[in-house]
Amino acid sequence: MARVPVVRIGDVLVATVQEDLYDRDALHLQADLTDRLEHTGARGVLLDLSTVEMVDSFLGRLIGEIAASSRLMGAQTVVVGMRPAVALTLVELGLGLPGVRTALDTDKGHALLRRLIANGDRVAPRGRPSGR
Amino acid sequence: MAAELRIEIAGEDGIVAARQRARDTARRLGFGMVDQSRIATAVSELARNVVRYATDGRGEAIVRELESPDRGVGLEVVVRDEGPGIPHVALAMRDGYTSGPGLGMGLPGTRRLMDDFAIDSAPGKGTTVTIRKWHR
Repeated sequence: MARVPVVRIGDVLVATVQEDLYDRDALHLQADLTDRLEHTGARGVLLDLSTVEMVDSFLGRLIGEIAASSRLMGAQTVVVGMRPAVALTLVELGLGLPGVRTALDTDKGHALLRRLIANGDRVAPRGRPSGR
Repeated sequence: MAAELRIEIAGEDGIVAARQRARDTARRLGFGMVDQSRIATAVSELARNVVRYATDGRGEAIVRELESPDRGVGLEVVVRDEGPGIPHVALAMRDGYTSGPGLGMGLPGTRRLMDDFAIDSAPGKGTTVTIRKWHR
């Protein structure tokens, strides 16, 4: 069984989720991230799903919970690299992951996290005034 | 006669085994990436129901290749258990309804991902779900 590696880069925790995750590894990742947030004071979490071939309702819910609990601990979460087939399947399944910020790839994810950390969650879509 | 694969589900390792075998078969039959993802996800949902709700989390998944004169090549997965069964199948098919720890998306979501979906369940006689996807 392979656990999801979590690497700290500056004040961001980066988790690269592997191809086909066992439930226990997913639950371990959730606990590990919360633990690391507490001990490192990291301000951001980047979940890289670029090699993940399947997200079912269990994993989808867990991703939502990671984002929600990270927010409560003062950190922003961005999910990056979701494959088109996975995204389509999730929506059909009925899970649009509301409240979870996403970016196309790791670079865009880091850029989004930088802005989220700087602005405390209030980031307007690019090119539009924030209205706040 | 078309090939058939039987995967034992006993605990959460069975969830991964069942969805991997189903995806492998789908890939071999020429299903595209999106259908492979739909099939793997649907099987994952059904296998997880077995692990969560069936007696001792035990059951099985059977992956079958299909060939029909009017619908072409297809893939069928039967997931069954001899657990307590579902008392209110119509209710369990509604979005957001759950009797357990899940989101209540599993069965209705699985039906949306597949072309054909059938469920046979009653208290005391276990649950059998049959899903099919046809290659277009």
